[in-house]
Amino acid sequence: MSRIRNQSEYEKTFAYRFFRWMGGEKDAFVGNMEMRPQKEYVEEEATIEERMRDRQQALEEVYDSVHNKELRFFNALYKCFSIVFCIAIVALLIITVSYLPSVGREDKPTNNVVSDTYISDGLKDTGAVNIVTGMILSYRAFDTFGETNVLFIATCCVMIMLMVDEDKIRENEESNDRIFEPKNDVILKVVAGLLVPIVFLFGIYIILNGHLSPGGGFSGGAMIGAGMILYVAAFGFDRMGKFFNEKVYKCVKVTALICYGCIVTYYFLTGANGLPCLIPLGRPGAILSGGITLPINIFVGSEVACTMYAFYALFRRGGL
Amino acid sequence: MTVFNIILLAFLVVCAVSVSFSKNLLNSILIFMSYSLIMSIIWILLESPDLAITEAAVGAGVTSILFFVTLKKIHAISQEQEEEDGHEPYQKSK
Amino acid sequence: MEIGTHLLANYAEVVAVALFGIGFTNLLLQKNMIKKIIGLNIMDTAVYLFLAEKGYIEGHIAPIVVNGNVSPDTYINPVPSGLVLTGIVVSVSVTALMLSLTIRLYRRYHTLDLDEITMRLKKEGL
Repeated sequence: MSRIRNQSEYEKTFAYRFFRWMGGEKDAFVGNMEMRPQKEYVEEEATIEERMRDRQQALEEVYDSVHNKELRFFNALYKCFSIVFCIAIVALLIITVSYLPSVGREDKPTNNVVSDTYISDGLKDTGAVNIVTGMILSYRAFDTFGETNVLFIATCCVMIMLMVDEDKIRENEESNDRIFEPKNDVILKVVAGLLVPIVFLFGIYIILNGHLSPGGGFSGGAMIGAGMILYVAAFGFDRMGKFFNEKVYKCVKVTALICYGCIVTYYFLTGANGLPCLIPLGRPGAILSGGITLPINIFVGSEVACTMYAFYALFRRGGL
Repeated sequence: MTVFNIILLAFLVVCAVSVSFSKNLLNSILIFMSYSLIMSIIWILLESPDLAITEAAVGAGVTSILFFVTLKKIHAISQEQEEEDGHEPYQKSK
Repeated sequence: MEIGTHLLANYAEVVAVALFGIGFTNLLLQKNMIKKIIGLNIMDTAVYLFLAEKGYIEGHIAPIVVNGNVSPDTYINPVPSGLVLTGIVVSVSVTALMLSLTIRLYRRYHTLDLDEITMRLKKEGL
């Protein structure tokens, strides 16, 4: 059992003297020094304010771009150095270009066995008459997958930065920037009424014929997106909200991405394990041909159209 | 065809230089739109019609529209503030 | 420094490199943020022009099969065309992202000048 000693008994022990010597109160020249607990230091309001003011003034002096000589010298140096750097890079690249093989020749190293195989086996393997579209959706499907990812992430980031709540949109109606332009503009409405059906029809044609003629999912999708932007600029967000609001947007986008993922996964799994793919290739030149290129073009086209419209709506209004 | 190619490429360089030197923001965005359109014609001369359609729809279409809407947002905010203070509205931004 | 012999035959690639340089200069030296974004876009399209020039073969036609002719002597190289198609769509996404950042910065600081925004950030201690 141990008991706590009182202070006067403790002062006579060896431990007390040892720790006091280690603590530094016994000086070799002066002798024993006295140790008292210190009072806590409380800073006054005035000193705190003065310190803040000094700091602010020092920052303003340092970063004053008009009077500070070193800052002006640094800015001038930055300009000179960037011009020299740009000229050096351009000169170096031009010298490199002069050593490259001529544009338009056939026996360049870039026209190797890869592109020859794509051209000669492209129609047989993918069933698409348009070699480029068949190539990016079957031989180079990972690139297209990465690109779809980039579109999706960009839409998410723009939504994070610019989206406001639905009630705030309605309450800020007067600060909406549409009050500065004439409403019900007759010319715009008539022209948009004539052009928008044509643009939609052309976009759908380009998507559906992506494997037969130039075009494909991305071009057609961008065109449909531009058509939707024209419609919403002419007729207003209320009329657009009747057939394309946030629910429809979410539904279309998620469905397109999931179906795209499923089809490509099925294609990869059967191809990697040597199993035959059950989606038929069809006769080249018919519209229902091309294996997976037709469905994937439709899904990619709808996703790109939604993305383009979402960019415009988020910028303009803060919501879909 | 070579002469046409050279003329279009020279036009591209002139557009790019004049975008950097113009003082008005609206003018520089319009010149950028025409730069995109000339690029689309060059893609056709290089025998890639897919790229031409995509560049025309995306470059001269959606990107330029996004630039205009950004400009509108920035003007609109400064316009509202000036309306509140009671000064004259509408000054062009530099 | 020696220069190779193909400088005049590759005039389109020289123009692409010059556009890249112009875009880069815009990005570094302009004060206004919108002009910097335009400079980045010019750099992007210059690189796409360079890539498409690598795929062009004189006398051949666009890569769409006509009359069942699949010999590699009739069509241009399709690989750079596919790469540029991806690049154009990525370029518009990046531009949209940068423009939304510009709008947010303007709402906070009421200026489009990047130098002034940096000074104010440093004074606030961020």
